[in-house]
Amino acid sequence: MRELYEKLKTRFPLGEFTDQRDNLGFITVDKDQLRPVLYHLRDHEGFSHLVLLTAVDWIEEDRFQLTYLLSNRTRSVDVGLRVMLDRGEPVMETIHDIWPTAATYQCELREMFGIDFPDSPGVMDDFILEGWDDLPPYRRDFDTKKYSDETYAHREGRVTHDPAEYMKKQLYPDEV
Amino acid sequence: MKEELQKRTVKGPDGFEFEVDPLNDYYCSEAPKAHPPAYAKIVESFFNWARSESIWILGFGTGCGAIEMRPLMTPRFDAYRFGVQWRPTPRQANLFIISGYLSVKTLKRAIRSYEQMQNPKYVLGLGSCTINGGMYWDSYNTIKKLDDYMPVDLFVAGCMPRPEALLASFEELKKVIKAGKAEGANAYAENFDWYKANQKKVIKDWDMPDYNW
Repeated sequence: MRELYEKLKTRFPLGEFTDQRDNLGFITVDKDQLRPVLYHLRDHEGFSHLVLLTAVDWIEEDRFQLTYLLSNRTRSVDVGLRVMLDRGEPVMETIHDIWPTAATYQCELREMFGIDFPDSPGVMDDFILEGWDDLPPYRRDFDTKKYSDETYAHREGRVTHDPAEYMKKQLYPDEV
Repeated sequence: MKEELQKRTVKGPDGFEFEVDPLNDYYCSEAPKAHPPAYAKIVESFFNWARSESIWILGFGTGCGAIEMRPLMTPRFDAYRFGVQWRPTPRQANLFIISGYLSVKTLKRAIRSYEQMQNPKYVLGLGSCTINGGMYWDSYNTIKKLDDYMPVDLFVAGCMPRPEALLASFEELKKVIKAGKAEGANAYAENFDWYKANQKKVIKDWDMPDYNW
């Protein structure tokens, strides 16, 4: 994987490199360098398949990380491109013209993380959350439990046991 | 509200312009009516016996529990010997199995399907998720109490219940129906406003008629 990184580095300004496995590596790319790198990987390095596009919320660093995972099927090699976005203004260029499947991922990211992809087809449509009016739920400052308690009625009588303690009580009632 | 449901002026092919208000023109706003048992007890018992032996299930899987219904259609479990079969449309079904967690998006479709079913109709909550949220008890997108949104005749606990549990539940449901206690459709009609209020509380983009499909 390092080979590929060194090769790319002669052409593009690249960030950090993580050598995960023999056939998997991650490269940090600048926001405006992503498109040329994607084209190069697709057209010259055989990474013809977009496996997934996902995001990570680095709330402590005030950033979103987008991960574009590409696969070279003939060589069974995957490479992930990391793009860091400002958390205050999360806008990214759409890549649906390179891989049409990206439009669905972008739709989901807009809904779940609130990352906008202008001009991506149907990006503002409701995807899973219909009529959602709160913070995007995958953001880490969204409190799932609090939202659930406020929105849905809960049935009385739900108890939580510590599994170890509970089984001890069940199996060895004399020792507790 | 969706564009196709909004009031608008339409120009016909002959150039004639007319106004369309889909929610009022295509549906009527009449609420459902309760149909209490009308005949002598012995006749109603006969009806209930007949109903209990013809359980036709709506083929709508809402959560992971839907996968437990598939084996029942195979020779190994063969649910058909209990007078049970699956139907592709709500118009032909009288049992709705809510098979696991219900997200808000699915709840909307489930309510539509339930209301399209003919009376008398029964609902079976399969799995812990329908009872108290199960492992999704703190999720932002699943309901925790199914019986707040539609009348439930029987719950089957488990995560997930095995197909055998579902078979046993058919037998239990038959007992409930034969005892004349499966009056869910009437309960829905009688407490219609309460059910609608609960449904509208969680479905925030309500863009369908309240009843009458």
